[in-house]
Amino acid sequence: MGFLRKVVAACLIVAATLHGAAADEADLRLLVAKFAAAKNFQATEAVVRELGATGDPAVEKLLTALSQGGLYVRKGDDAVFVGDETGQDVQLRDPLNGAPAGVAAKADLSKVKVNNALRRVIRDALGGLTLGSKDPAVRLAAADTMFRNPDPAAIAALDTAIAGEDVTSVKTRLEQARAAAVLLSDLGEADKMTAIDTLSARADQDALSQLTRFHTSAQGALRDAAGAAVALIHQRLALWQVAQNVWYGISLGSVLLLAAIGLAITFGVMGVINMAHGEMVMLGAYTTFVVQQAIRALAPNLFDWSLAVALPMAFLVAGAVGLAIERGIIRFLYGRPLETLLATWGVSLILQQAVRTIFGPTNQEVGTPPWMSGSLQLGQLAITWNRLCIVVFCLAVFALLLWVMKRTRWGLQMRAVTQNRRMAASMGIRTPWVDALTFALGSGIAGIAGVALSQIDNVSPNFGQGYIIDSFMVVVFGGVGNLWGTFVGAMSLGILNKFLEPYAGAVLGKIIVLVLIILFIQKRPRGLFALKGRAVEA
Amino acid sequence: MTGRFFAGSATSRIAITIAVLLAIAVIVPILNIAVPTGSALHVPNYVVGLVGKYLCYALLALALDLVWGYCGILSLGHGAFFALGGYAMGMYLMRQIGDRGVYGNPLLPDFMVFLNWKELPWFWSGFDQFWFAALMVMAVPGLLAFAFGWFAFRSRVTGVYLSIITQAMTYALMLAFFRNDMGFGGNNGLTDFKDILGFNIQANTTRSGLFAATATALAFGVFVTWCIVGSKYGKLLMAVRDAESRTRFLGWRAENVKLFAFTVSAVMAGIAGALYVPQVGIINPGEFDPANSIEVVVWAAVGGRGTIVGPIIGAVLVNAGKSWFTGALPEFWLFALGGLFIAVTLFLPSGIVGTWDRWQPARPARGTAKVDVVPERIVAPAESSGAHPMAGAKPQPQPAE
Repeated sequence: MGFLRKVVAACLIVAATLHGAAADEADLRLLVAKFAAAKNFQATEAVVRELGATGDPAVEKLLTALSQGGLYVRKGDDAVFVGDETGQDVQLRDPLNGAPAGVAAKADLSKVKVNNALRRVIRDALGGLTLGSKDPAVRLAAADTMFRNPDPAAIAALDTAIAGEDVTSVKTRLEQARAAAVLLSDLGEADKMTAIDTLSARADQDALSQLTRFHTSAQGALRDAAGAAVALIHQRLALWQVAQNVWYGISLGSVLLLAAIGLAITFGVMGVINMAHGEMVMLGAYTTFVVQQAIRALAPNLFDWSLAVALPMAFLVAGAVGLAIERGIIRFLYGRPLETLLATWGVSLILQQAVRTIFGPTNQEVGTPPWMSGSLQLGQLAITWNRLCIVVFCLAVFALLLWVMKRTRWGLQMRAVTQNRRMAASMGIRTPWVDALTFALGSGIAGIAGVALSQIDNVSPNFGQGYIIDSFMVVVFGGVGNLWGTFVGAMSLGILNKFLEPYAGAVLGKIIVLVLIILFIQKRPRGLFALKGRAVEA
Repeated sequence: MTGRFFAGSATSRIAITIAVLLAIAVIVPILNIAVPTGSALHVPNYVVGLVGKYLCYALLALALDLVWGYCGILSLGHGAFFALGGYAMGMYLMRQIGDRGVYGNPLLPDFMVFLNWKELPWFWSGFDQFWFAALMVMAVPGLLAFAFGWFAFRSRVTGVYLSIITQAMTYALMLAFFRNDMGFGGNNGLTDFKDILGFNIQANTTRSGLFAATATALAFGVFVTWCIVGSKYGKLLMAVRDAESRTRFLGWRAENVKLFAFTVSAVMAGIAGALYVPQVGIINPGEFDPANSIEVVVWAAVGGRGTIVGPIIGAVLVNAGKSWFTGALPEFWLFALGGLFIAVTLFLPSGIVGTWDRWQPARPARGTAKVDVVPERIVAPAESSGAHPMAGAKPQPQPAE
């Protein structure tokens, strides 16, 4: 029974809606037909107002056509059409649904005449129509358009819209649009004061330009109020600018941290100068590329998860290569850091050329999953999702690494071997294997970093070269052998870089940072957080 | 003691090297200019240019060897001094173009006209005089090295840290010279040279003259290095290399010892760059690339660091190999170079010359007294603690401190 009743009710509702729509259309057609009878501008204006008052989106095309002089009345039967002139003929279309309605000679038609006053009425009616739209997004867009092109004549329409609005965000925008219009109107001082308050609460670049324009023309108390509001907005915008720079700095800092974090282990903890570190990052990026190609070919619907698949793969690939390098080359060179530097540089050249031979010298396209594109608006701050993901990911990797070093058995062994190799060996730790696995861990982390960095940089054989010097700077600046030092180093270099950029430009900013690091190392040759104690060289 | 042994044993070899260099400085130009083209003895123009380039590289490798092989300072920024010397020479050559440039401006080089510069920047003034340019070729790298070394050595930045900040220095300079508003031609650098000292730079007589100048400069560089290394100061240099702390405790100022070697070496590198630019006809910021500086290290390592002849042999051999590979098998050059880096450090730590010396059983006096071919002793004390408990034990990792 209940089900039947619901079905019946649904049918009734559908029927009622259809009927309503039909009735509306019939009413509209009656209204439209009045254009034929309107012999002067006043009469036409009355019809336009009536059409606008219906609030039906169907009349939008018709009114637009009217304001451009494209509404015709056929002399024979007084039927109204929208028309496009083509030479001597006019292509006719139905005024409401736009369906083609044949061709007529110009002589058989009379154009509905418009003047500027009428055009303004039409524009208001159109604004009212979009403001009355059922879709909040359309209403929001309409409010924003009216805010940018304020028109005192639209105040009445805005008032109606504000009264009928129930979505808070749209209502705020409508009020702001009204305030912008009020400033241009000849309303009283009290109204304008309220308007200034509304605009200064909005506090963005648009509100600033409106208020500045008003400030130059206003008098007396209004002028002062506007001046104060302009100053306030300037202040707010400056604060947002600082926030923006901090965000960019954190974003750059997390990129630096991702690139440097593997080096913090191989160089910082083990003391191995791994010049092939950048190539480990590159291998991670290329692994992402290969994984994505495979997914595209085998299971295209899994593409959203390609990065999740690529992460462990990149760790394994880069880690395995790192293990091979440690066992094959580096273990013969322990205690000779400068030779290690040269040998790993050789490894980096070979890896680069190998990738170039296999994949070609050009950039490879690594796709971004849909959930990582787009951006998030936070006040005046635009935060792109992929940057946010990288920051979060970088923090996660850092936390994981800290956990491994401080809380696991393996981390304990690593630290023991670093601090006192012979004692550790006496306790039964197989130090060569700890060395090899530590190096593999550092390389694997670099590979993971490559997955993340492939999202924001061009994946080419030279991919790693761009990061190697920065990574060394971060590790040396932060203090070798200290993961937190690397963290602080990366973030402070990132933020410093982004604060210098507006004044000095990107390249000069980077040069200044490099020079500052060189000077800093003179002052503190062991970095920000140097290890203290007997391990420190005399 | 060791210094005298070293100097004594090496004297004949140094003398031969200098004689050979001076001989080719005379013979190659004669064979190029005076011998007719068809003759078997004729040296073609491109060989003159190519070998001239190698000799510039050899001078650069020798300069690096003075600080790395004899003082234990691994500079990864010597390419910067080379490039600065090159730029100083390039500026002189640009001013010599005069109004023969594309835009015909008598004062401003083409790239400045193109970038709408109205007048010559102050740092370009004086470069129309050869003597001034020649002075700057030595002064600019020398002063930079002096200032850099003054700060770095006094704060006792050593070993790997020093290597990394020298690399940062050349990287920063590269970024700076890539900027158009620096006034050094930006990305394109300086090129389209016409004259040097009034002679057409394209003429083969001029090129032969440049070749002779390069060979002579290299011979002079060998002589200067030999004098430094053989002197009492040279012994001090090696003492700092082998045990810096001990030298300091004996009352020597290790930082001053290093500073002198570093500055002299930078001046030599600057001269090499200045001779290089007119022979290749261009200087651009790519010369500052940190990768180039590291390549110089491998030349010295292949030939044998801590020997005077080694770096010269290494530079010529590696670059000849590079010319051959990039012509015959371009995609394999980086494999070969990378393999060379690994092979030399693993199997040939004292380089060609050092290894050859060790295989000479007929000269026992030298075998016991050599200081320059035992790599562990060269490097380890410089950056790990002077008397590390692990020294001499199996090679094992140590924290970078």
